[in-house]
Amino acid sequence: MGLLAFFRRSQPTANVAKERLRIIVAQERTARGGPDYLPTLRRELMEVIRKYINVDPEAVQINLEKEDGHEVLEFSVALPEKGKA
Amino acid sequence: MTEIIVVTSGKGGVGKTTTSASVACGLARRGKRVAVIDFDIGLRNLDLIMGCERRVVYDFVNVIQGDCTLKQALIKDKRLETLFVLAASQTRDKDALSMEGVRKVFDELIADGFEYIICDSPAGIEKGAHLAMYYADRAIVVVNPEVSSVRDSDRILGLLSSKTQRAEKGEEKVKEHLLLTRYSPRRVATGEMMSVGDVKEILGLDVIGVIPESPDVLSASNAGTPVILNEQSDVSRAYEDAVGRLLGDTLPLRFLEEPKKGFLARMFGG
Repeated sequence: MGLLAFFRRSQPTANVAKERLRIIVAQERTARGGPDYLPTLRRELMEVIRKYINVDPEAVQINLEKEDGHEVLEFSVALPEKGKA
Repeated sequence: MTEIIVVTSGKGGVGKTTTSASVACGLARRGKRVAVIDFDIGLRNLDLIMGCERRVVYDFVNVIQGDCTLKQALIKDKRLETLFVLAASQTRDKDALSMEGVRKVFDELIADGFEYIICDSPAGIEKGAHLAMYYADRAIVVVNPEVSSVRDSDRILGLLSSKTQRAEKGEEKVKEHLLLTRYSPRRVATGEMMSVGDVKEILGLDVIGVIPESPDVLSASNAGTPVILNEQSDVSRAYEDAVGRLLGDTLPLRFLEEPKKGFLARMFGG
């Protein structure tokens, strides 16, 4: 590393990459094993919710969890803070 | 016993062909009989990396279509006695490869006593990539410590566990290994690049090798000499280790730390 590079050091962003990947990979793995209708279900639910509440797509989570013998479809919406909606 | 190994990644440009060539050479250098096959139909490149581009007469598709025998199409390496290359076809017809055709070529290689068949997969998740992995016993998933490469390789892991013969027949699953390339210990140390541990944790794979970022890779491809044969290079040592692990050796990972530089080199770069 040269003297110049020392003063122009770039931001440590590896932890951001890791965190983003952890989330997206987990989400894509859930969708992978699950039924084909999940993406469509997610999109249609989003449309319905957004008729009533202005939520960010990131605030809506769909998870299909497999527990011994049965599956749970978990759906969570983080509502926006009051005054922002 | 023949082992079929696919070198795959999803994303392009991460080092699949470099890895295929070096792993094939490493195995052949240990006396194994190895065939390395380019599955990138239409975009032949393994021949260049192996340095045998001017000796390609017949290719993979010619063999499948019966234009020539497998023996005529296999190019014998000039450096290593037991190493053979099967070039990809330059045809634009993507359907030139078929599941049965590939099986036929593999069966012939197996009957001929080849111990390893290395399949250099094309990028993407289309037919070529599917065929390259379909009959695999093992997969080397080549990954750069970078978001798109990691995500794409996770997609490939999904395909390995569902779209291979082993998955379809419900046999023991394809053994998957992670090979990190273009690794820069300096950038990992400053927090600019994900570490081996980070990628390993996200993908949940065992690490078969970590290849340091190095100008030697470009020099090797310029010259048509697989980088593992450049014994002065850390890249060669890292690939040698990976081949050792593939054969069951337990070796500690090397080149995960930046080599110590002298005071002057640190002040003025180098």
